[in-house]
Amino acid sequence: MAEPPLERAKSPGVPELAGSVQIRHVDAGSCNGCEVEIASVFGPVYDAERYGARLVASPRHADALLVTGPVTRNMEMALRRTYEAVPEPRRVIALGDCARDCGVFAGAYGVAGAVGDVVPVDVEVPGCPPPPEAIIEALRGMTGR
Amino acid sequence: MVLQLLVVAAGAPLLVGLMRQIRARLEGRAGAGVRQPWRDLRKLVRKEAIAPHGTGWLFRAAPPLLAGTTLVVAAAVPLVTADSPLDGVADLFAVAALLALGSVALALGGLDTGTAFGGMGASREMTVLALVEPTILLAVFALSIRVGTTDLGAIVIATASSPLSLISPVSLLAAVALAVVTIAESGRIPVDNPSTHLELTMIHEAMILEYAGPDLALIEWASAMRLTVMLGLFAGLFAPFGIATAGAGPIALLVAVVAFAVKVALLGGVLAAGEVFMAKLRLFRIPELLAGSFLMALLAVAASFFLA
Amino acid sequence: MTLYAWALGLCLAAALVALLPTRAPAVLRPTGAPAAGGAVAERVRAATPTVGAITVVGGAVTAAAGALAAVAGVRAMLGHGWSAWLPDLLPLGGVRLALDPLGGLFTAVTGGVTVCAAIHGIGSGPARATRVVVPLFVAALLLVPAADGVGAFLFGWELMAMTSLLLVLAEHRERPSVRKAALWYAVMTHLGLVTILCGLCYLAAGAVGDGFDQLRVAELSPAARNVIFLTTLAGFAAKAGIVPLHVWLPRAYPAAPGHVSPLMSGAMVNMGVYGVVRVGLDLLRGGPVWWWWIVLALGALSALYGVLHAAMATDLKRLLGYSSTENMGLVLIGVGAAGFFAADGAGPLAALALTAALLHVVNHAAFKTLLFQAAGSVQRATGTRDLDALGGLRTRMPYTTALFAIGALCASALPPGNGFVSEWLLLQSLIHALPASGVAGAVTMPLAVGAIALTAGLAVATFVKAFGVGFLARPRGPGAERAAESPRTAIYGMALAAAACLFLALNPTLVLPALTEAVTEVIPAGRPVTGEVTLRLTTITGSISPILIALALAGAMVAVPALVGAVATRRVRRAARLWDCGAGPVSARMEYTATSFAEPLQRVFVDALQPESAIDVTAVKESAYLVRRVRFRARVPDRVERRLYEPVLAAAVRLGTGARRLADGSVHRYLSYGFYALTGVLIVLAVIS
Repeated sequence: MAEPPLERAKSPGVPELAGSVQIRHVDAGSCNGCEVEIASVFGPVYDAERYGARLVASPRHADALLVTGPVTRNMEMALRRTYEAVPEPRRVIALGDCARDCGVFAGAYGVAGAVGDVVPVDVEVPGCPPPPEAIIEALRGMTGR
Repeated sequence: MVLQLLVVAAGAPLLVGLMRQIRARLEGRAGAGVRQPWRDLRKLVRKEAIAPHGTGWLFRAAPPLLAGTTLVVAAAVPLVTADSPLDGVADLFAVAALLALGSVALALGGLDTGTAFGGMGASREMTVLALVEPTILLAVFALSIRVGTTDLGAIVIATASSPLSLISPVSLLAAVALAVVTIAESGRIPVDNPSTHLELTMIHEAMILEYAGPDLALIEWASAMRLTVMLGLFAGLFAPFGIATAGAGPIALLVAVVAFAVKVALLGGVLAAGEVFMAKLRLFRIPELLAGSFLMALLAVAASFFLA
Repeated sequence: MTLYAWALGLCLAAALVALLPTRAPAVLRPTGAPAAGGAVAERVRAATPTVGAITVVGGAVTAAAGALAAVAGVRAMLGHGWSAWLPDLLPLGGVRLALDPLGGLFTAVTGGVTVCAAIHGIGSGPARATRVVVPLFVAALLLVPAADGVGAFLFGWELMAMTSLLLVLAEHRERPSVRKAALWYAVMTHLGLVTILCGLCYLAAGAVGDGFDQLRVAELSPAARNVIFLTTLAGFAAKAGIVPLHVWLPRAYPAAPGHVSPLMSGAMVNMGVYGVVRVGLDLLRGGPVWWWWIVLALGALSALYGVLHAAMATDLKRLLGYSSTENMGLVLIGVGAAGFFAADGAGPLAALALTAALLHVVNHAAFKTLLFQAAGSVQRATGTRDLDALGGLRTRMPYTTALFAIGALCASALPPGNGFVSEWLLLQSLIHALPASGVAGAVTMPLAVGAIALTAGLAVATFVKAFGVGFLARPRGPGAERAAESPRTAIYGMALAAAACLFLALNPTLVLPALTEAVTEVIPAGRPVTGEVTLRLTTITGSISPILIALALAGAMVAVPALVGAVATRRVRRAARLWDCGAGPVSARMEYTATSFAEPLQRVFVDALQPESAIDVTAVKESAYLVRRVRFRARVPDRVERRLYEPVLAAAVRLGTGARRLADGSVHRYLSYGFYALTGVLIVLAVIS
């Protein structure tokens, strides 16, 4: 069972967000490996909510996009539109190796590119899939808690 | 009254935080802390507002109207003190109607976007509202018979002066009916799930999918205040202890604020704990629940006549 | 008296003005080229007024008549009543006219509605027949509440029925459906007239004359009084659109021209209520409790039935028509409760209930006039009344949208609308009845409160649908895309009605003293409501202040954005695409329509509504498994019509077809019919004597 955070995060976080980051998850073509890890990040063991991060239903309510997978052709426009739908200030987290550089899917015919080719990326989380600790670390880097 | 407004305005997000915290602890999580809703609000007002294409003045006016109706209700209802300058201006009927006006504003804001989700949320919200309304009015009817007026201050003072009158079938039935109504109006499980991410199961959330930044902050804040006011009203009607009367000194007011906070926190805790162990009802099972509460209210009225 | 006479005179003058010969419309003249026919003909043409000028003058004169009538009505309510007897105008009894506070109230309402409707009508370019008949209809509407004798009353009633029938028929060339609507209306309204005629004649037969004063002191047996009350109630209920006699109403309103439906809905249906109050409470001086149970039950039934169908309706005018049934139902709940309390000996409560009912009549007239005008404007601008095909009028018709919003707020009985005040009064009178009345009250009153409450909730949903789906979002049909703002006079007419709504909503305390005069006339029990800023009930504790609520709301509405503005750091509102889940643009076909909006409610009330739906699946020729087209049709039929009227009509048709065999054209057979009939009569007479 998760306990309340003992020490503050190393990074001060995004000052404008001040300890509250609402996240909209976008699956741009992931194999669902990252999704499993995200689920466990918000589950009882890791509980990212104690650091002020929360998943929301609409990009309008979000401060950050959590993008997984290489951006497939079908999701390219959707990802761009989702990014535009988020009100400023907004951040993008590219989660997993596929999101960073297309991973094993690089050069595949259905892949339009990495997340960074479509929308500006602020934080990258490496790993295939990234361990929950790494995801938590990235989120704490944003909330600053 | 100013004190009461401040307590509600400042305390409402804390109540939501407390309820989330209780849910998190019961689910084995640590939780974000009681102050997290305030952090969310602070961040939201710093973000930019968005005017989606095709929306107009109604879309913009809906959040302030929702917050405005809630503030007026918070000022008129005896939560901390039964002595309100709005006393005699708005009675229990007016309070119910003002809360409905807030829902209507939000529904129109949802419809104004022209998206399928906005319309869906508005349609469902209005369906629930139409079914909740009769129960509220009948419960009011039942509670007002004993006192002879629908004036809220009078009901609360009369109940506080004779607490034994609470132990009657009338109060019990009316309390159950009002409890169901409170849950339905504030959009909690089993009527609506405030933390759902699936659009098709949404009622309240579906209407506000287009709002961002300060608009969303207003809506979230107003929703929290609505919940607080309703729980406070419920507590005031069925446990009116500690509520300050006219001409109360600062100590009595302090006691009243503490009593109010304790009561509302207790009710919120029970609600949150219940939510952990319960699933949301199917949309078309909700009318059955509401019809049940309507029957309770009707029985309460009948009981108040035949047992009087 | 002079004011009233002037009003009637101006109505006739307006009708005469409309009869003047007119020039051909300017658009038909070839511009530039002089018309053939020489100088004399040209001068004659120039001297003849244009259609436009006639319309303006006629409309202005009618509006002036309405204004005078309103003033006359208010003066009568304030105690400057009058009465007159014109013995030579009609054979037998002559014409007795009088304006007392009760009649004055309905005259004033009619006058107010007339002003708005007449101004609205100027810009809509009504047909000639409409221009002639509208002032006559107004005159009839003014005559009914001022009648002081059975003869004058029935004359006014029939004139009202005939003129309104002509107006319903006015657009029969453009829309064939109008004819059927007019047939329904003609039959229902004349059946109503027959029952009223029978009832009032029976009443007059028991008195020394046909004047209302003589009827009040008539000595009648209880059975005769029961018969009179029930027969007249049937007729008046038919006029007020009360279930199950409402079937004409949702048909006739959509059929009538734009500025006539406000007159019918805002002024004419009130006459049904006037009749019930006048005959039941005034002429018959109240009656046994069960009379008023019937009235109350009819009211509750109508309120629920009306609002349920309004919630389901997709035709804007049909929706408003059903909403009239609902509101008249609420009024009858009040009237029924008033009679019930009066029969029970609870005078102050009765006065309160009647005050609430009459205030609701006034309020309903105000907001329904506004809403029907807006509906007429929408129909003219878009060519459709179908809410499913409307939408997006907010940008195209901004004034109409804003004014409709005010009307919808008032109609949904939410503060700060005027409907809220009267429903609040009605609820107060009902909930304080419990300790006073016996077991009967204990059963009736909670049910009545429940009915009102459910009605109020559903009315909110109905008007959110009408406004939100009809006016907001984006257009769903070609008509709504082409829509342009209504002519200026139409907006003035609506604005006037909206101002009346707001005045009634914020200052009911200024209206109530005058209203009390009308109430004390039939239930003398003092003033039930006092107060200037705050509305206080005198006999029971209860108070509300609509104006302070509105002020508090306005203050909060100013304070909240100011507060947010003070702490917000980003002040620019960014325009963005609608959130479409990242997929293609959201099209108007994805919007919620009126049908889809009402679907959850339809499911909830499926037993009461019994909707019908049909799915036709057409498969391709080669294989039954490959579907070419699926057609889904759903409709919510009027259940009363389906279950009550259609069997009766079918039986009548069967009877007629069967009876046709009797008339086969043979003269011998007809002669034998005559012979047998004569013999039969003679035998009967012989047996009796």
